[in-house]
Amino acid sequence: MNLNDLLYQIFGNQPWVDLVANVISIFAISTFCLLVVIFLIWLERKVIARIQDRIGPNRVGGRYGLLQTVADVLKLLTKEQITPSGADYLIYNIAPILTVMAALLVWAVMPFAPGLIGVDLNVGMFFILAVSSVSVVTVLLAGWGSNNKYALLGGFRAVAQLVSYEVPMILAVLIPIILARTMSTVGIIEAQTVPFIFMAPIAAVIFLISALAETGRTPFDLLEADSEIVAGFHIEYSGMKFGMFFLAEFIGTLFMSGLFAVVFLGGWNVPIINLILSFFSVAPINFTEMGVLGTVLGLLVFFFKMFLIYMVFIWIRGTWPRVRVDQILNFNWKLLVPIILIMILVVSVLDKVIPPGTNELVRASLHFASNILIAFIALEVLRRSGRRRRMLEEESEAELGEPEPAAHDLAEAVHAH
Amino acid sequence: MFAEWQYIILFVALSPIFPLAPVVVNRLLGPHRPNPIKQQTYECGIETVGDTWVQFKVQYYIFALIFVIFDVEAVFLFPIAAAYGQLGLFAVFEVALFVILLAVALGYAWSRGVLEWV
Repeated sequence: MNLNDLLYQIFGNQPWVDLVANVISIFAISTFCLLVVIFLIWLERKVIARIQDRIGPNRVGGRYGLLQTVADVLKLLTKEQITPSGADYLIYNIAPILTVMAALLVWAVMPFAPGLIGVDLNVGMFFILAVSSVSVVTVLLAGWGSNNKYALLGGFRAVAQLVSYEVPMILAVLIPIILARTMSTVGIIEAQTVPFIFMAPIAAVIFLISALAETGRTPFDLLEADSEIVAGFHIEYSGMKFGMFFLAEFIGTLFMSGLFAVVFLGGWNVPIINLILSFFSVAPINFTEMGVLGTVLGLLVFFFKMFLIYMVFIWIRGTWPRVRVDQILNFNWKLLVPIILIMILVVSVLDKVIPPGTNELVRASLHFASNILIAFIALEVLRRSGRRRRMLEEESEAELGEPEPAAHDLAEAVHAH
Repeated sequence: MFAEWQYIILFVALSPIFPLAPVVVNRLLGPHRPNPIKQQTYECGIETVGDTWVQFKVQYYIFALIFVIFDVEAVFLFPIAAAYGQLGLFAVFEVALFVILLAVALGYAWSRGVLEWV
């Protein structure tokens, strides 16, 4: 049951029905995104406060500070918008608009529940990756247009970081696509008899890490590091223009957790429960065939998974320190990209050896075993290279002797002379 | 097939409304009294020295170049991945060759010290 059918039933087969249905669904998706951010900001502040042994917002709107974000939004709405002198007017003003547009547009292919999706493109995943790379451009636009050196530094860092981490993210998404044989988001959900997190755990972990980096969250929040470059690319923005960057960041993070739920956890389906049911020869739960009830239940399942991943993001933000820029790039290019390239090779070969359609459990356990093997080898290589480096450092220190007394001797010799 | 893309086009056309509305409301509600001191570039209270749009570090450019290589690779790999069920053993070799070639390129960049942040 979807919106188009309902409207067709009410108004008959009119040509404008499709258009109206599309406009309604676009407004519904966008309004959901804008409103959920109010809740997300409250949730994030509250949870991080609890992690750091504080109370968090507790004044505005009752004991739990539920209306704190609403008050913040109202405050932002009454602030003056300052355009710094010397800013590139067009670029400066278009950046906050574009970043929210890009953050909203990816939700068009996000499958919430059976029948509750903007549009099921056959190139859905590709569309997501294409649109989400626009956000890199907007960060650079904001940094460049502000006529501020801190903003420019933030923009540069964004280019290095966001652009680098897009590579492992794209390649990590490729593995579920090979396993599912389709780029459609709905197709990927339906292909998961076993959730892909069990069939491609390495890809899942790498996707999670690069999603953190792509959305510019801790520990990869270099592009807006408060303590180094004040606020990075959005330092010169005030009022709601600043709010738009904030909005886009939160929508983007929620989208990444939703995408993780769709690609690796089975989206609205309950694959693990279905597997257990199949052992007792009970028919699997299929929300697609259950009409309105299926839509509601599917939505609940999807939201549960999405917010579970979002909580992991908050957890990471509340506990991890920021990483240095060279460490970020080393970690990406020397660890994540090589591992994911190897994983693509392994998966593409393994997928020909046991094509889908054979026993799903055997297939899943073979994929899982190969992942564990690769992870073990990677960790072993890391351990050995780390040990070698440590030994080299110790040797060079031993050769140099003790530098401190030497300097002391020299000073004494000079003094005596 | 193109009916699906109508939705995307409509979304692109309508999506500026959502960021523009708060910004416009903000403009109407908020004060607007610009003065030269307020509009100064904010660099922690110190007046800005020289031109902002300076030459940037070439390292960023090199990382962007490596990214372009891998992005183009991904564009080629996605269709192969989507149609993987219909492809024979030949495709496996092709994918392997393609990925290994890129891995060699990455290894070359690594050995030349391009990936070191200086």
